[in-house]
Amino acid sequence: MTELTSLTIAAAREKLLKKEFTALELAEAHLAAMERAKDLNAFITVTSDVARERAKESDKRLFAGQGGALEGIPLGIKDLFCTEGVLTTAASHILDGFTPPYESTVSQKLRDAGSVMLGKLNLDEFAMGSANITSYYGPVKNPWKAKGRNVELVPGGSSGGSAASVAAHLVMGATGTDTGGSIRQPAAFCGIVGVKPTYGRCSRWGIVAFASSLDQAGPMTRTVRDAAIMLRAMSGFDPKDSTSAQLDVPDFEAALGKGVKGLRIGIPKEYRPAGLSPELAVLWDKGVEWLKSAGATPVEISLPHTKAALPTYYIVAPAEASSNLARYDGVRFGLRVPGKSLDDMYAKTRAAGFGAEVRRRIMIGTYVLSAGYYDAYYLKAQKVRALINQDFTDAFEKVDAILTPTAPTPAFGIGEKSDDPIAMYLNDVFTVPASMAGIPGASVPAGLSADGLPLGLQVLTRRWDEETLFRVCQVLEDAAQFPLLPAV
Amino acid sequence: MSLDKATVRRIATLARIEVPDTDLEAVAGQLSGILDWIEQLKEVDTENVAPMTGGTDLKLQWRKDAVTDGDKADKVLANAPDGHDSFFGVPKVVE
Repeated sequence: MTELTSLTIAAAREKLLKKEFTALELAEAHLAAMERAKDLNAFITVTSDVARERAKESDKRLFAGQGGALEGIPLGIKDLFCTEGVLTTAASHILDGFTPPYESTVSQKLRDAGSVMLGKLNLDEFAMGSANITSYYGPVKNPWKAKGRNVELVPGGSSGGSAASVAAHLVMGATGTDTGGSIRQPAAFCGIVGVKPTYGRCSRWGIVAFASSLDQAGPMTRTVRDAAIMLRAMSGFDPKDSTSAQLDVPDFEAALGKGVKGLRIGIPKEYRPAGLSPELAVLWDKGVEWLKSAGATPVEISLPHTKAALPTYYIVAPAEASSNLARYDGVRFGLRVPGKSLDDMYAKTRAAGFGAEVRRRIMIGTYVLSAGYYDAYYLKAQKVRALINQDFTDAFEKVDAILTPTAPTPAFGIGEKSDDPIAMYLNDVFTVPASMAGIPGASVPAGLSADGLPLGLQVLTRRWDEETLFRVCQVLEDAAQFPLLPAV
Repeated sequence: MSLDKATVRRIATLARIEVPDTDLEAVAGQLSGILDWIEQLKEVDTENVAPMTGGTDLKLQWRKDAVTDGDKADKVLANAPDGHDSFFGVPKVVE
């Protein structure tokens, strides 16, 4: 019998319906795997009681021939989603002990679809980071290791716990959030599929806010089909989020088999910077060949403002963060450090509660929004953002999808790049432009480096066209034949 | 763009984050490094470009300006470090 933890969501769904095993057995198998893999530090909170209780409810519904699209499927939830009655930390000291009295819309939808929450996943503090090393709860380890080197690698970030737990078969799927690449880059580093849908597809309500005009939730899974199943359950209009789209949610799974025949695939010439690993350049060419063999036409395109995207992001995102994170004041929830006055209490609480990277971004954000600098930095960045968006609009006149590498390198060692913020920011050089434009993007594991580490390719499509995104991803997945189990 | 210690102190005050005097120089260095790197945006011509102020091209949803929820003081206060009698406690602000 196949081990329960190595099934895909699609396969487990069939087997649960056929009663080959119960949702409780499935949950127990995953909880045991989580216990064995504690060393990865993928979870901040394990919710075994909640998991068993929900699995039993799922079994009752399955027994009665009922159940939702994810009935009995064990999932991990990034600890940025508020979960009713369950500690929610955003991996920050400042949210010590915070137990939300409400459930985020996305996690509620996943619950309504019958999924079973196994725990809350580790991340970079407030989702600010690309290596999962800024968490107050310690770094997450990548389940993959380079051949012949016993060095612990980062899982990417900020959704590092999500990526590591899916790759290590501790959960069947996980929620992630992506502000500048936080779903796609860790998916590439851990050899899994990560999808950032169009901005507005998933409600942001109840997700701890980082940069509100960029934040978007999405699924992280081991296969493209599983991502399609999970995204459908997560999506949909929510009156509690004013930017949530009042559009029908397509059956993404139905699009998977449609192939790419006749599609035009854009290859942006600006995505070959000096720092791009030669192995990724080769893999990118291979990806183009795969799509060509499947009947698509590659077209060279230009996205002229690509180079400006990262510095633009590091104005817009910190500006929004400095505003969003003003709420952590030691008054309503979380940590409080006593002070001589109200202001002193605020300043001491925030100095002790936020980590170095979060403090740095709040201060950059405060500066670019301050009197005298607003026009030079923030307004300028918003204008450049419009140009980046226009680049994509123009490109999608000529092509139906764009193919790029997801990140410039494979996973690196824990501790590397941690002294140089800008070297760390460069991880997101290929993912940030799509975030700025609000278009959907996905990372698909497409190959291994010479020393055996996962490499990902990124697919981008027009706003609201996740169906084409999934079609292209499926063809890449079929061609790549990526090994599902990390070499652990 | 090199920030001096006084500017960092001002930003820290605006952001309500205590930065000890001994750290001002190091923080100034880090922030200046990031701002220097951001300066490259000056090269981008944004003449007559309208700013993009959000992530979506759709019209934002409106709702009726009405009370839809309430009477949950206990829940609202449940996470407060110093909550009592339906109030949030803070250090004394009026002498």
